[in-house]
Amino acid sequence: MSAVTRHRLLLLLPLAVFLILGGYFALGLTRDPSKLPSMLIDKPAPTFSLPGLTEGEPGLSNADLTGKVRLLNVFASWCAPCRVEHPLLMRLAREEGVTIHAINYKDKPEAAKAFLDQMGNPFTAIGADKDGRVAIDFGVYGVPETYVIDKDGRVRYRHVGPLMPFDLEEKILPMIRELSK
Amino acid sequence: MREWLGRLSLPSSPRKRGPSISGVSRDMTHIGADRASRWVPAFAGMTVVKAVAVFTFIAVLSLPALAVMPDEKLSDPALEARAREISKELRCLVCQNQSIDDSNADLARDLRVLVRERLVAGDSNDQVLNYVHDRYGDFVLLRPPVTGYTALLWGGPFVLLALAGIGTALYMRQRRRDVETMPAPALTADEEARLADLLNEDKPGDGR
Repeated sequence: MSAVTRHRLLLLLPLAVFLILGGYFALGLTRDPSKLPSMLIDKPAPTFSLPGLTEGEPGLSNADLTGKVRLLNVFASWCAPCRVEHPLLMRLAREEGVTIHAINYKDKPEAAKAFLDQMGNPFTAIGADKDGRVAIDFGVYGVPETYVIDKDGRVRYRHVGPLMPFDLEEKILPMIRELSK
Repeated sequence: MREWLGRLSLPSSPRKRGPSISGVSRDMTHIGADRASRWVPAFAGMTVVKAVAVFTFIAVLSLPALAVMPDEKLSDPALEARAREISKELRCLVCQNQSIDDSNADLARDLRVLVRERLVAGDSNDQVLNYVHDRYGDFVLLRPPVTGYTALLWGGPFVLLALAGIGTALYMRQRRRDVETMPAPALTADEEARLADLLNEDKPGDGR
């Protein structure tokens, strides 16, 4: 290669650097920085034991999370996006036969009751996490969050924010089917 | 992203512990705006120097609003100092660009309380940081650890600097070599003539 052609190629270097950086940043733009990876993926759910919404009602503990694939939904009656995703949870429980457990996050029991009376109750069991400590053990940083838990009680997936039909069809349901095999 | 916009950040608690800082400062802004008009006549009688002095005095009096509430603080000042130090290392996951020490978010408060509980239980600073890191991952640390995953983040600037340095060095070397080895090209007849003209222009007595 002569010195001149080498110089010509060198002139293309800034363009190459620009394209690489540009591609990198463009990729970054497609990712949502508010969705954080969970630390619990493929690990057993943290040990916890929560009381029910009202006295006498069964609560929820990590021991309840084994045996079959299920969802764990973190919700609160004061959380608007929870209302948005609730009909989907109803559909999952009624039509798809998915077992859904819930952690009721920093809520008043009567408010949570009213929410479920109004919107329907898709949950097999609900644990009341009044001070939000169990949620912290799960790494929850906002509501709603939904976890897929496998037969062995291990967390396999976390969905942050309200579930959309797309999330169910593309991710959650196929995953439940796969893990249930 | 879109659905995330609708997602509430952790609760602006239904069980309020008292006015939130953000509520207070918003209110104060309103009061400030209302009173500004009334303050002007008060300043009007003063000399500029006096007005500036009074303004400075008031400005100095106003301290930044602190997120850490008095009821969260530990009675042991040494432990409290360590708690503050740790809190500054932890990112508030709701606001994402504040430490939990600076943030008024409910989750930040919960984590501050948690940090203090761990300290009282006898944890070292590193143990507390690990405790939170185990739950929220690298993102919760404002200074992420150097791992294979974050190597590019930490090393990237130095790699770029090195590349730029190497590039510059190569370019300079090449240029010096070019200058040394390139024979000065002979001038054409036209250029010789122009050169002679130019040299003549500079002769004394030319009037320029």
